[in-house]
Parts: sequence; structure tokens; C-alpha cells
Amino acid sequence: MSVLAQQLLLGLLIGGLYGLAAAGLSLVFGVLKVLNVAHGELIMLGGYGTFWLVTLLGLDPFASLALVLPLALAGGLALYWALFGFVVRADEETRVKNSLLIGFGLALALHALAVRLWTADERAVVTPYGGAVLGVGGLSIPLVRLLSLALAFALIAALHLLLRHWRWGKAIRATAEDWQAALLAGIDVRRAYLLAFAIGTGLAGAAGTLVSIGYSISPSIGLEWTLKALIVVVLAGLGSMLGTFVSGLFLGVAEAVSAAAFGGPYREVAGLVIFVLVLVLRPRGLFGR
Amino acid sequence: MRRLGARRERGWAAAILGALALLAFLPLAVQRDDVLNFVFVTLLSITLAQSWNVVAGYAGQVNLGHAAFFGLGALTARTLWIGGTPLAPALAAGALVATAFALLIGVAAFRLRGAYFAIGTLALGEILRTTVSNVLPEISTLPTAAIATYRLSQRYYLALALAALSVVAVALLSASRLGLGMQALREDEEAAEAAGVGALRLKLTALALSTALAGLAGGLFAYYHISYYPSHAFSPSWTFDALLMTFIGGVGTLHGPVLGAVLYVFLKEYLALRWVDFHLLIFGALFVVIVLLLPGGLVQAAARARRLLAR
Repeated sequence: MSVLAQQLLLGLLIGGLYGLAAAGLSLVFGVLKVLNVAHGELIMLGGYGTFWLVTLLGLDPFASLALVLPLALAGGLALYWALFGFVVRADEETRVKNSLLIGFGLALALHALAVRLWTADERAVVTPYGGAVLGVGGLSIPLVRLLSLALAFALIAALHLLLRHWRWGKAIRATAEDWQAALLAGIDVRRAYLLAFAIGTGLAGAAGTLVSIGYSISPSIGLEWTLKALIVVVLAGLGSMLGTFVSGLFLGVAEAVSAAAFGGPYREVAGLVIFVLVLVLRPRGLFGR
Repeated sequence: MRRLGARRERGWAAAILGALALLAFLPLAVQRDDVLNFVFVTLLSITLAQSWNVVAGYAGQVNLGHAAFFGLGALTARTLWIGGTPLAPALAAGALVATAFALLIGVAAFRLRGAYFAIGTLALGEILRTTVSNVLPEISTLPTAAIATYRLSQRYYLALALAALSVVAVALLSASRLGLGMQALREDEEAAEAAGVGALRLKLTALALSTALAGLAGGLFAYYHISYYPSHAFSPSWTFDALLMTFIGGVGTLHGPVLGAVLYVFLKEYLALRWVDFHLLIFGALFVVIVLLLPGGLVQAAARARRLLAR
């Protein structure tokens, strides 16, 4: 019993990161109608950003978030100006196809770049307090993962508040709902696209930091994280960031349950099966508007 | 306009088949295995790209789970062939299994539109890949007797035949009522349905044809390689390769995927030889540039150049 409870707990902890990884993708997909399949590669780069800051500058990994987040935001601006800004000029169907193409090309290039810079080895950020565990009623909670979950929630809550109350947050939501109406209402739609993409990339970078602390990174984790994020986006539906976070937790727990029931190698399959079922039965997602 | 396009398409079909016919003499003229292997990979790529082109280019359904059908064809054909079944029935069975699976999931998958269809099929492909790598984790190697009688030229001619088959199939399709219906669907699904095109039936037909060709390509892959991990044939890179080649050449045309496959394989090999360490980086970046500058691929670039010259 306690073994199962422990697995569920670990599932919940990684689920928070699934939610954070998905939030950025959901924002970009919902607002720009662009499917960035290189999202997982952006997460991977964020993770290596932290890895560098920790090993080269001796920073605390959690503190590195304060640098990685703005760097990723800036990276997002650059990517939008260089690539995705051209994609959003096309109509919606062409946008999806072109963004898939550019995403694959980008994923290929970023993966090759990461192999060059950091080799193909798996890496993790090591901290003196990394092994610390909180014991609660027979369960042991790894402290760094708990902190990661809390940070993931804090970031998503901040995004939720930004979208709700910030002037440009409202503009982003209006653009997501109906960009033509938003344009008629005097909203600078292109600026809203730019901001949404930059914020999405920033969140990917932050997710990468947290992945590198509690788990491990390698240049080839990109597709895996893109898929996880896609699953959560479809589970949650577009338009609700808190729903996205909850769906991330749900996916983490569902994977833990299936790993316990069918054995470790099948934890991925369960998530994908749930994903296909939700996609077919309820295409708007569990929290979709 | 339509008739003119049809005549040009027939010309391309004749040119491509003529080139393939010439390639039939290559093993007689050149005894080098590296050359034959290179052409083999190009031919396999043409078949794979053309198979993806049927469902994505003509019917407009961006299927990101294409590797699943390639993998199913490879797995079925390899298992039967090593088990003693003659090659032709084994290949046919591979195509059949791929198509049967496609029809099974197609009804559900085609409830999804646009991006959702794309990511839904991507997930389906990953489900199969993970399951196969869990169930069959061990490398599949040909029995020693088969290795002793291994002839590269046999693989080469099979690849040539399948590439020709895929080109003929797409040429026939694009000239037929069926193909026109698919293109109508691609341009505007509602309008096509209003004009009496049965959307689901046509999409399923496109998927069946596409996956049958992909299954055959998978069988060819299984026949060619002496040893590989069964899950490798399910790797999403097969989907991405097919997609990249088709888009580089020109999606939804007969000759686009062929030109795209030739350029893709050549470019990748050339960059790999020239810049060993950086080739994937350059290749990825180059690809992004092609998509940005030439969204319709080589075919559109050629059409644009023609119009400029005609002015």
C-alpha cells in the first residue's frame, strides 16, 4: 500500500512539471494557432542553461531560475522575430503545417547543437541538499522535487493572474478568442502574438531548470517533453492555465498508476492512451472553453 | 488550367519512370556497393515520401503517425520472411497489416481535424513504438543462412520496383475522380461535402493507399537490413523524414516528393561527409530557411521562376 502511495506521490510531483511544460505550449498554440514541436527542445535548453550556471558560475540551481527565465524570454523574442513571426502571416491551416515543419527543423538543429555543446550524456544538477527527504506518515518526499512543484505552481498562478489582470494579458486572451475581433477593437495582434510566444518560451526555459534539478536532462529529451506537453494540452483544452496545471498533475498520477499496474516500461503508454481517448471523445479537453 | 496541369503531370510521370528504368542498368555498370546503397536509400525514401504524400498532400490530412505503418510493415514482413514465408507474400502481408491497422484507427482519428489530427496520430505512433520496444527489446538479426546468400542487387531491384509502383500509384490517383475528390477535400472540406464528396470514405481510402505503400516500404527496410532493433522501424524519424522530403519538394504534387527525396538524401550525405560534426545543425537550419523562403517547396519555386521568365 505504502509503495503505491509513494509512487502516486512521485507521480504528483513530476505532474507539476508536466503542467508547467504544457502551459507554455498551450499559450502559444492557443494564441498564435502555431504548433511548436520544438517546445521540448526549448525545455532541454533551459535545463542546460541551469546546468551551465551551476557548474561554471557556482550558482544555486533554484536561484538560476532568476537568470534562465529572462534569458528564455529573450530567446523567445528572437525566435519569434527570426522564425515564427513569418508563420503567423499565413491562414490558420497553413500556419499549423508550416509551424510543424519549422518546428522539426528547429528541433533537429537544437538537438545537434546541444550534442556539440554538452555531449549526448545524461546530466543532472547536483546540490548539497539534493538528497534531503521530508518524511510524512511513512512517505518520503524528496525536498527538491517538492520545491519544484511549488515553483511550477507559483509560475502558473502568476501566468494566470497576468492573463487576467495585466493590460496585455487581456489583449492576449482576446487575440486567442478571435483575432479579427481583437484587431477591430484596436488591439495590436502582432504584439500580442510576440508576447505570448516569448512568455511561452520563458515558461519552457523555467520548466527546463526544474527538470534539470529534480530529474535529468540530455539532448534527446526534447520529443519526450513535447509529447508530454501535448498530452496535457489536449487533456486540459485551451484557455485555462490552472486547468492545464491540474491536468499535468493528473497525467503524472495516471502514469504512476499504470506503472504500478502494468510495470514501469508501460507508464508512457498509459498517458498516450488516455490522450487519444480524450482527443476522440472530448476534443475540447476537460477544461476547454 | 486543370488540363494543362494534368498534361504536365503526365510528362513528369514519364520522366521519373524513365529515370527509374535507367537506374535498372546501374548494378550492371557499377560494381560498387556504396553507390548501390546510396541509390537504395534514395529509392526507399522516394517510396516513403510518396506514401506520405497521398494522405497529407492529396487528402490534406497531416498524418504524424506514419512511422507506425512503416514499422508494422517491417515487423510483419520480417517475422514472416525469417519464419520461412517467401518474400512476396511476406511483403504483401506487411502492407495488409499496416492498412488493416490504419482502417481500424482511421474512423476514430478522422473525427479530429487539423492540428488535432496531427498530434493525435503522433501519439498513436508513439504508443506503438513504446509497446514494440517493450515487447521486442532484442535486436532482430537474419539467420546465418540468409546472410550467406545476401545479395545487395536483389534489394536494389525491389527498391526500384517499389519506387516505380509508388509513382505510378500517385500518378493514377491524381488523374482519377478519387484523387480530384481528395484534393477538393483538402481545399475545403465543407464545400466538398456540399458538392457530394463523401469526406470520411475518401479520407479512409487515402489513408489505406498511403499506409499500404508505407507498409511495403517497411517490408523493404526489413528485407534490406541484416540486423536492427524492431522498434527502430517505428521511430518518429521515419515520419519526419517523409514529411521533410515531401515539403522540400512540393506537397500534393506527383514529382515534388521524388525531387524532395533525392535532394534530401543527397544533401544529408554531402553535409555528413563535409561537416561531420555539424551536419545535422546545418541541415536543420537549412531546412528552416527552405520552409521560410519557399513554403511551396521546389515545385513552387520552379513555377515562380517560370512565370518570371514568361513575363
